Amino acid sequence: MRDVAIVAFSQTDHRRSTEELSEVEMLMPVLHEVLEQTGLRTGDIGFTCSGSSDYLAGRAFSFTMALDGVGAWPPISESHVEMDGAWALYEAWVKLLTGEADTALVYSYGKSSPGPVRDVLTRQLDPYYLAPLWPDSVALAALQAQALIDAGEADEPALAAIAARSRSDAAGNPHAQLRGPRDQGEYLVRPLRTGDCPPIGDGAAGVVLAAGDKARELCERPAWIRGMDHRIEAHSLGVRDLTDSPSTRLAAERAGAFERPVDTAELHAPFTSQEVVLRKALDLDERVRVNPSGGALAANPVMAAGLIRLGEAAAAVHRGESERALAHATSGPCLQQNLVAVLEGEPHVG
Amino acid sequence: MSVKEPVAVVGVGQTEHVAARHDVSIAGLVREAARRALDDAQLTWADIDAVVIGKAPDFFEGLMMPELYLADALGAVGKPMLRVHTAGSVGGSTALVASNLVAARVHRTVLTLAFEKQSESNAMWGLSLPIPFQQPLLAGAGGFFAPHVRAYMRRSGAPDTVGSLVAYKDRRNALKNPYAHLHEHGITLEKVQSSPMLWDPIRYSETCPSSDGACAMILTDRAGAARSPRPPAWVHGGAMRSEPTLFAGKDFVSPQAGKDCAADVYRQAGIADPRREIDAVEMYVPFSWYEPMWLENLGFAAEGEGWKLTESGATELDGDLPVNPSGGVLSTNPIGASGMIRFAEAALQVRGQAGEHQVDGARKALGHAYGGGSQFFSMWLVGAEPPSN
Repeated sequence: MRDVAIVAFSQTDHRRSTEELSEVEMLMPVLHEVLEQTGLRTGDIGFTCSGSSDYLAGRAFSFTMALDGVGAWPPISESHVEMDGAWALYEAWVKLLTGEADTALVYSYGKSSPGPVRDVLTRQLDPYYLAPLWPDSVALAALQAQALIDAGEADEPALAAIAARSRSDAAGNPHAQLRGPRDQGEYLVRPLRTGDCPPIGDGAAGVVLAAGDKARELCERPAWIRGMDHRIEAHSLGVRDLTDSPSTRLAAERAGAFERPVDTAELHAPFTSQEVVLRKALDLDERVRVNPSGGALAANPVMAAGLIRLGEAAAAVHRGESERALAHATSGPCLQQNLVAVLEGEPHVG
Repeated sequence: MSVKEPVAVVGVGQTEHVAARHDVSIAGLVREAARRALDDAQLTWADIDAVVIGKAPDFFEGLMMPELYLADALGAVGKPMLRVHTAGSVGGSTALVASNLVAARVHRTVLTLAFEKQSESNAMWGLSLPIPFQQPLLAGAGGFFAPHVRAYMRRSGAPDTVGSLVAYKDRRNALKNPYAHLHEHGITLEKVQSSPMLWDPIRYSETCPSSDGACAMILTDRAGAARSPRPPAWVHGGAMRSEPTLFAGKDFVSPQAGKDCAADVYRQAGIADPRREIDAVEMYVPFSWYEPMWLENLGFAAEGEGWKLTESGATELDGDLPVNPSGGVLSTNPIGASGMIRFAEAALQVRGQAGEHQVDGARKALGHAYGGGSQFFSMWLVGAEPPSN
């Protein structure tokens, strides 16, 4: 298998609202910055892939305008997933593995501010049986949190500690939306308090991938993708054990995460209770630094938050702060779909 | 040196396409196509390593990221599932993403599927959400594309009869395809030519219908192909190209992205003369005039000469370059699936499995899709023999 690495990462400063900016205007600085890090121009990139959702934009084909922002002229080899950008990165990684391209630009973006995102996300649910009930994303996460508490795997103080740690760590992240300690606040949907939930906000992220020697040329210390896999579970919450995440465990196993311990993990856990589930599925103990960026509890731009986990994990490798990092992204209600990547400071040998 | 695993199509399945499939849910629709593709390949759900699904905008069904809810219906639980969306070209792009999973040896056997259940919503309104400072699509896609057809006619000097010839041909071909949406048994050239003018010069009978439907394929590696009960179709080349929707230098009649995409596919497949070497073409023609336009864009005719190829009868089912033997998008258009149907029909041709609309002796076939404002292109070339390199 070809060695492929993340060689550059950029993100916006995530904010509650960016009403003065279109999606393209929000994205453009990120694209420029991530390309600048490598010295590449749009025309040098072998493959481009993006992730976004029309439902956040409130219009069909919303990604077509973002492509205009990329400057796809002369024409480029390009694709798009209607998913979090983490899956766009996966598609790009596969493209590089085929040998058809040596570099890839991956980006994603989402604005949650124009509409009530809790209601918007209900449109992801089974349209015949579940969506007509409009159960919002916080209410569904609360079901999962309560299941954990009932199973004796967490309690409210433990969840509060996760929130406190995340927001404290985010103080060192200039891009985070919630920086520094926060009050746990009132119940939003029992047992989840405001502090257990992610901020609602707008943001974008970009990543550059490169294969082999090209990666070494573009980055002093590339974050080599040791493995990457993603798995989906049944949609209906009634047929899943909400206290566990078998899809995360399987994806991690396929990505090689259990072969050696990781030192850092960036988990896409928008709710405190989901970190508990993911830590168990990934077998992470207290020796692993979890979400030093503050994670999705500090900034959760929908459709970009997963890609940001991959970017943050890679950046930790770039800086020499991590030898072996795990990055995770999720999609769907209560961790239905999960992606795991393992990044290392040195390429796989043998 | 090629690092890629050869990719074979060993199963194809389509639903019956009609204006409104009231008899099935969205899950039921996609499962029907997937089930038929598995049956064609004589495989079971357990043989599938991953699922790649595509469709056009989520607003067409009013359902955000439907792959989440469809995971169960497509046997994807416990497996990887990717959702591709590249506007009208999505059906083709989806197949190519799935193909790359096999080519990169990430997975051995992949189910890929594309669908649209347009009756759940209204495609016209799904495409017409107004955004400040941007032009809305002008009365549906026809309003957007009609001026470009006019530009083609002016540039090439094509007589205004060519569009109706294409429509008449495709609708007759559709009569031989049991899955096609439109079966116009009494079709005549005169009926096409006297149908109402919708967006001058595009007449009612020269436009695509709005369909419910799905298409699925099973893609596999060399070992999987060896076990295939029916002849596989081999992928000899595949590519995607995109360019901006609107800019001063864009050639809407023959976009550079389309030319580049075709050139890349021909290079991969070792095609020097597409007109001679390709036996059948499934081309994305939602409005009849796009056949002569794309014949030029894809290198089958010199610039300005595409309409002559159409007029000569070469693109008829019994011509020497049959275009859309299935009846094409003009006869069946579940938007998100339309590109994959082109890819799948190309595969059926080289497998010799196209039934009544089979092109005799087809060995190499091109599947083509485009989307956005002639902005996104995806194509593949499939052959009856494994690729030589």
